[in-house]
Amino acid sequence: MGRYQFQGYRRENGRVGIRNHVIVLPLDDLSNAAAEAVAHHVKGTLALPHAYGRLQFGEDLELFFRTLIGTGANPNVAACIVIGIEPGWTGRIVDGVARTGKPVAGFAIEGHGDIATVAAASRKAQEFLQWASERARETCGIEDLWISVKCGESDTTSGLASNPTVGNLIDKLDPLGVTSCFGETSELTGAETVCAGRAASREVGEKFMDAFNAYQAVIDRHKTDDLSESQPTKGNIAGGLTTIEEKAFGNLQKIGRKTSYIDVLKPAEAPGRGPGLYYMDTSSAAAECVTLQAAAGFVVHLFPTGQGNIIGNPIEPVIKLTANPRTARTMSEHVDLDVSGILRRELTLDQAGDQLIEIMLRTCNGRLTCAEALGHREFVLTKLYQSA
Amino acid sequence: MTTHFIVHDAADNVGVVVVEDVQPGTPVTGWIMETDETVSIPALDAVPLGHKIALRDLHAGETILKYGHDVGRTVADIGRGRHVHTHNLKTKRW
Repeated sequence: MGRYQFQGYRRENGRVGIRNHVIVLPLDDLSNAAAEAVAHHVKGTLALPHAYGRLQFGEDLELFFRTLIGTGANPNVAACIVIGIEPGWTGRIVDGVARTGKPVAGFAIEGHGDIATVAAASRKAQEFLQWASERARETCGIEDLWISVKCGESDTTSGLASNPTVGNLIDKLDPLGVTSCFGETSELTGAETVCAGRAASREVGEKFMDAFNAYQAVIDRHKTDDLSESQPTKGNIAGGLTTIEEKAFGNLQKIGRKTSYIDVLKPAEAPGRGPGLYYMDTSSAAAECVTLQAAAGFVVHLFPTGQGNIIGNPIEPVIKLTANPRTARTMSEHVDLDVSGILRRELTLDQAGDQLIEIMLRTCNGRLTCAEALGHREFVLTKLYQSA
Repeated sequence: MTTHFIVHDAADNVGVVVVEDVQPGTPVTGWIMETDETVSIPALDAVPLGHKIALRDLHAGETILKYGHDVGRTVADIGRGRHVHTHNLKTKRW
């Protein structure tokens, strides 16, 4: 084991988590109330209510199942309760999560009603929670860590300092065998050719361009203006970012200067080519992107912000860093690492990267992030088109 | 010495203000990260933290370079030391 180690939970399938959640996962919008009731009864379990799961079809339905199964399968989850309106799709989630070997049980409401379902699911949730409470952390090497990155409410300080700090970490840890992931397809607009050139092979670069062009086609089909208030956002513009191209080159700083990505993932798709950096085709909306990355199995997230995006995720801790001195001052309760010293030339990028590695390893060992302490649990499913 | 603005690449024609109090009529000092050089220009506008300042006189229709890359085109003449943002710079995309 090398220089960087952390204390993690090794799961039944060999993957390592940094949290030990017992989650109560509703299959569909109708089952949110029962899931929340179970989490209310059994303190320490976590309900993940969401808005979808009914009458989806085709690729959108596949993405839905991939996201829910992936969320339950994430190694930050020790055990999982699934509650759905009917047993068929509930069972599909249970079977998917069960492939990891972790404890999982499903409950269907039809024919029983909420009250009996909540009673039965609560008994199982209590059993799972007490079992999970005896899982112990063990020493793990950095190669066991899966790291995702995504920035939000960026401004020009993101491109100057906080995104390059993340890139410095990626450049240092990629050779040590970490698995990492970036995304945000629309936010590479203007920098797509440079991004394609950062692929490990021509085939992977072409796969990236296919995903990029497909996303552009969606934007072109639905846009009513030049996206001047969505991409860049109002916050981006207030922070000095003027165009999508400018935002894109800042965004790309997160993958460092020398690391190449080895494959292109569909939304919420788990990496399949071993350790290395992956690109995932995602929305640039923070909660959607992180939810997809968590569902793909990433366990810790690095989130640079300029103007102060406050996002968290229920199962994947989100570490915030900013280089904007005003944000660091006025929103300090959201900032895990202040790298504004880079702009004052008091801190080098190399030093900032080391500080980020340190706070990340402390987070992996159990330190709660600002977003965790403040209760940010944004669980937002990506929907590709209307339901039937 | 205070660094008032930072320039990513030697080819860039804009810099990013990194302090909160740039006022018109004051000389400001910038650091070019790529070459580790220092440049000084007079600020002609109040440029907020994080916003861009023109490093040379620019005509309408010119390409703005940042990170050494094309990040959009100017839609008005912009004097050296002026504020560069949505009022005089537009995307070439979408």
